[in-house]
Amino acid sequence: MRFLFKTDYEDDIRLFPHSGYVVSYGILLAFLVIAPFVLSSYLVSQLVFVCIYATVGVGLMILTGFTGQASLGHAAFLAIGAYTAAYLQQYNVPFPVYFLAGGLLTGVVGALVGFPALRLTGIYLVIATISFAFIVEEVLARWESVTHGNEGMRVKTLSLFGQAVPQNGSAFYFLCLGVLILTIVGTLNLLRSPTGRAFVAIRDSETAARSMGVNVSLYKVKSFAISAAITGLAGVLFAHKLSFISPEMFTLQLSIEFIIVILIGGTFSLHGAVLGAIFLVMIDPFLTYLKDDLPGIIAGIFATFGADSVTASKIHSNVAAIASANGLKGAIYGVIIVLFVLFEPLGLYGRWLKIKLFFQLFPLCKRATFKRQKIYVKSERNR
Amino acid sequence: MSYFRAENLSLHFGGLKAVDSVSFAVEKGEILSIIGPNGAGKSSIFNLISRIYPPTSGRIFFEDQDITEQPAYDIAGLGIARTFQNIELFENATMLSNLLVGRHRHSATQLWQELLFLPSVRAGEKVHRRRVEQVIEFLDLEAYRDKLISGLPYGVRKVIELARALCSEPKLILLDEPSSGLNVEETDDMSFWIRDMKTELGITVLMVEHDMTLVNRVSDRVIALNYGRVLAMGSPSEVQRHPDVVAAYLGA
Repeated sequence: MRFLFKTDYEDDIRLFPHSGYVVSYGILLAFLVIAPFVLSSYLVSQLVFVCIYATVGVGLMILTGFTGQASLGHAAFLAIGAYTAAYLQQYNVPFPVYFLAGGLLTGVVGALVGFPALRLTGIYLVIATISFAFIVEEVLARWESVTHGNEGMRVKTLSLFGQAVPQNGSAFYFLCLGVLILTIVGTLNLLRSPTGRAFVAIRDSETAARSMGVNVSLYKVKSFAISAAITGLAGVLFAHKLSFISPEMFTLQLSIEFIIVILIGGTFSLHGAVLGAIFLVMIDPFLTYLKDDLPGIIAGIFATFGADSVTASKIHSNVAAIASANGLKGAIYGVIIVLFVLFEPLGLYGRWLKIKLFFQLFPLCKRATFKRQKIYVKSERNR
Repeated sequence: MSYFRAENLSLHFGGLKAVDSVSFAVEKGEILSIIGPNGAGKSSIFNLISRIYPPTSGRIFFEDQDITEQPAYDIAGLGIARTFQNIELFENATMLSNLLVGRHRHSATQLWQELLFLPSVRAGEKVHRRRVEQVIEFLDLEAYRDKLISGLPYGVRKVIELARALCSEPKLILLDEPSSGLNVEETDDMSFWIRDMKTELGITVLMVEHDMTLVNRVSDRVIALNYGRVLAMGSPSEVQRHPDVVAAYLGA
């Protein structure tokens, strides 16, 4: 086990606490750089989605994980970014401009949502953000002169400095990766400066934050704005990746997917946003695989245990009907959330830390090391 | 003019008069204790000063400035810090980041500078950390620097809360029952620290306290409250002998 001996304030401030981090993140970066040249184009495409979802995850993490304000409206922020890109692209605005415009506009909308949200906490804030998402969805469907309504909008191939960047190529992957890395570094910078600490203070005790001189309302609005702006940037990339956007892509289910990203990754660290994004993007092909193959597998199992062919085919069709039922995906997501909240509330990153600690302490780790304590719940009296 | 003044301060919840036209003054550099039975309105006075509740009537002055209408987050900026009776620390953060939040009123960097972590932000961080280390040394908290608050015992949390208030470099500090839940030794330490805050750091102290040993040891003056009204005001021994105070505690 390594003990850090700090001799300078820099030791606390720097992003990588010791050389071990530099090595492991260096290896990760090297892998990500060679990934498009060695992996299949399908996996690279999945990695692009991981980057986009992780960027949204980082944005949502700032708001929900660090400022403690729940939001089920992030699909709407993503939509605003995506539609800004699609709209401005029609007028031959260059990519860097509409990329930043997408982020900026979404940030402004986020701040506007933040103002009414100042008086709401907990479940009521969730309801308010859901309503916001529905309003945006409805506006996108009805404001046909700008959004082309339910017909949707085609997004042309991205062109950067005169070069075409097709959404399936490695250049687009590097663009998304770069945006993700910049977002993470910016967020880490924020977290190690007064604003980030004010966010955490608001999450843990608004009363104490206020009495320490934190303007709680201002910082909540800031948090909403930053979170929305990052999501808007991701939205621009999302629009390009899909090359077609329509209102029914930005539904409540997408917002729930973003919540899954941070909840399953672990809401206390930015690692969680990335791990959660990997989990979510990779579970989708797995679910498709199950949907296609599960009926055959189950019918096969029954057949081996002596079921006749009529029963087997009946089982096959029944399982197929269940597997292809509408809304099954949402139900599975729901079950995943419930299981994680009950059994692994710190998420995948929390599990990773526990595994790491197990090996660091190796023979000394006991069951009780990770036993969860009942925590005294603070009253909401002084909020 | 006094350093800090409350004039006819009242806080009514419907018919309940939690604080009923209380007036008192705090001189610069003194330690003033507020005592009284449970429900006398002691903590309510603190909550009025730090603007958690708006007063029903009355005015509050600090350094000849009327602060009655100031928003709550400005109070710290004026140099008034406080601790809470039921500890209000940031549970899921380390002690160091808790104390750094105490430095919030001294941070002058803009959001965009922080996103890029410009040299000005870095320099500011170093200043904050140096100040925080001074407070850590003052209160002997070195052992807990990188520990999460949620894993620390009550007595330590109580000291950390005091440390967080000191990190804001206040001129006036409001201590809400600094010794509640502490054992005899910890209470002793607390009384030395409160004395040192006055003599070494030049901070004016206004405190609510039940432990009369601590009150006698540190206070320059004492105010006794009951049912939101001032019963007596004066030196610790005068107030304890005052017939109304004896009646309030022991029953007449």
